[in-house]
Amino acid sequence: MTSSPNSANSKGQSAVSQYSVAPQRQFFGNFMTGLVLFCVALALLPLASILFMVLSQGLSRLLQDFPSVFTQLPPPPLVDGGGFRNAIVGTIITSLLGALISVPVGIMAAIYTVEFGQGNRISQFVRFCTNVLSGVPSIIAGLFAYGIVVLAMGTFSATAGGVALSVLMAPIVIRTTEEGLKSIPRDVRQAIVGIGATNFQGIFSVILPAVLPFIATGVTLALARAAGETAPLLFTALFNQYDARNPLREPTATLSVLIYNYAISPFRNQNELAWAAALIVVLLILGISVISRSLTSRKVY
Amino acid sequence: MTNPSIETNHTSPIHGDVVIRTENVSIYYGSFQAVRNVFLDIPKNRVVAFIGPSGCGKSTLLRCYNRLNDLIPGARVEGKITYQGVDLYDPKVDPVEVRRRIGMVFQRPNPFPKSIYENIAFGARVNGFKGDLDELVERSLRGAALWDEVKDKLKESGLSLSGGQQQRLCIARAIAIEPEVILMDEPCSALDPISTLRVEDLINELKQQFTIIIVTHNMQQASRVADYTAFFNAEAGETGSRFGYLVEYAPTEQIFNAPQQQATQDYVSGRFG
Ligand SMILES: Nc1ncnc2c1ncn2[C@@H]1O[C@H](COP(=O)(O)OP(=O)(O)OP(=O)(O)O)[C@@H](O)[C@H]1O
Ligand SMILES: [Mg+2]
Repeated sequence: MTSSPNSANSKGQSAVSQYSVAPQRQFFGNFMTGLVLFCVALALLPLASILFMVLSQGLSRLLQDFPSVFTQLPPPPLVDGGGFRNAIVGTIITSLLGALISVPVGIMAAIYTVEFGQGNRISQFVRFCTNVLSGVPSIIAGLFAYGIVVLAMGTFSATAGGVALSVLMAPIVIRTTEEGLKSIPRDVRQAIVGIGATNFQGIFSVILPAVLPFIATGVTLALARAAGETAPLLFTALFNQYDARNPLREPTATLSVLIYNYAISPFRNQNELAWAAALIVVLLILGISVISRSLTSRKVY
Repeated sequence: MTNPSIETNHTSPIHGDVVIRTENVSIYYGSFQAVRNVFLDIPKNRVVAFIGPSGCGKSTLLRCYNRLNDLIPGARVEGKITYQGVDLYDPKVDPVEVRRRIGMVFQRPNPFPKSIYENIAFGARVNGFKGDLDELVERSLRGAALWDEVKDKLKESGLSLSGGQQQRLCIARAIAIEPEVILMDEPCSALDPISTLRVEDLINELKQQFTIIIVTHNMQQASRVADYTAFFNAEAGETGSRFGYLVEYAPTEQIFNAPQQQATQDYVSGRFG
């Protein structure tokens, strides 16, 4: 199209200097930049529309019944008002249980693979399993917890939900902790040994404190993942119309399962509650992500 | 007092007590021989400089003295290194204990990612120090000529210091655990000339108490701080791979003014090819 006058021009320039930026190249660059921006917009579109939908549908209900959505139980069908405090409490409990299991295991696994295993068979195997685990569909994690916890205890419970979530959280914790451990310069490791410290002393007094921002990031990311998961909770924590008196051995409501149940229900009030709960989950995850970002920025190295 | 180890074919230039004795040491990384047949005695309360072209094994040999090579997979030491008569590589010797007695300052400043205070207190604590930590921190920082610059910010991160200050912090950390020998691998290579001079002054003071081995690429530095200088060179062996070896070891004066070997002469006068 535009190439003939331009290429003549560029030939003319090349007589003077050996190098010249061909105009086509600039055009191509601009075109690609535009394409990339367009793709970015395309990718942001769903995110923006989800936020918009959830806000527009959930916010009115949330503001209208402001404290009561947080403090009341879901009403029976056809009754107006009510809230979902049981689900909020349940989400917190299952996520924390998941963290309680996955964080220590994840940190120790990462310490092993980076600090002690260094490329040996076991650490390679652990790393392979981590990769596989992070790709496992979340419903499989639910099945796993159903198999080992629900069947063994004979009841659905937050415990089973926590176990299912921990399977999904562990790879996140392992990855971020490993990344942190690897960011410690070799020089510092040599210094630790050079000072006459044992491996154990070095890891616990010098390396782990320096890696703490990474671990905190991993934990918050894992919590964000856990707070939004539905599938692994469907047949582990199940659901509960009321507060679970002992969540460790009783079916427990969670926000995500409440959304799932109430979104497909024919009753208007329940649909509205589902939207309000969705808004809370989105805000929760958003908040956790912001916290994790600010933690990451405190990195030592 | 003359040295009793002179029965080997390698005459030792050392007068006085010998702290570390290196007898026919060869060092391998896997099958690669990095250092060949070194005989070298380190005198007590003196500064010994290792000089030589890059890759001739100065750091490798230095790391053997506190068993830091143990951390490198495949690294292996042949021959005998004794520290005050004890074989450092005896299976009964605990490398952690060796490193407490033989401290190290590295080429690049590598403070711990902790506060200035903790940088010094950590080493003391892990080595079972029972005394007054505050006093130890102050004494060590004074010893490393850093106290006046940091006394008001002991709680700040060691990483917030300038490179030269970090290196002096590393020296303070090394002297805090009261080693008998301090190994320094090019301690001034990341420092500006002023910081370098301060570290050199420090070395001169430290040798009252410590034995120091310093690797340096800076001839002036070697001539300024060292009592004895060892010149290493690298040569292609029978198989074509380059190994490092000790060419000449003598009082610094002699190495720089009247070297016995042509290679030393060429190196110290800058005519090295
Ligand atoms: N970790 C290692 N693994 C394998 N080979 C190594 C290792 N460290 C050093 N070498 C090899 O050993 C030889 C000596 O290295 P060394 O670092 O001791 O040299 P140097 O004299 O300290 O050099 P420079 O003055 O550049 O620091 C080199 O050929 C180097 O490639
Ligand atoms: Mg070196």
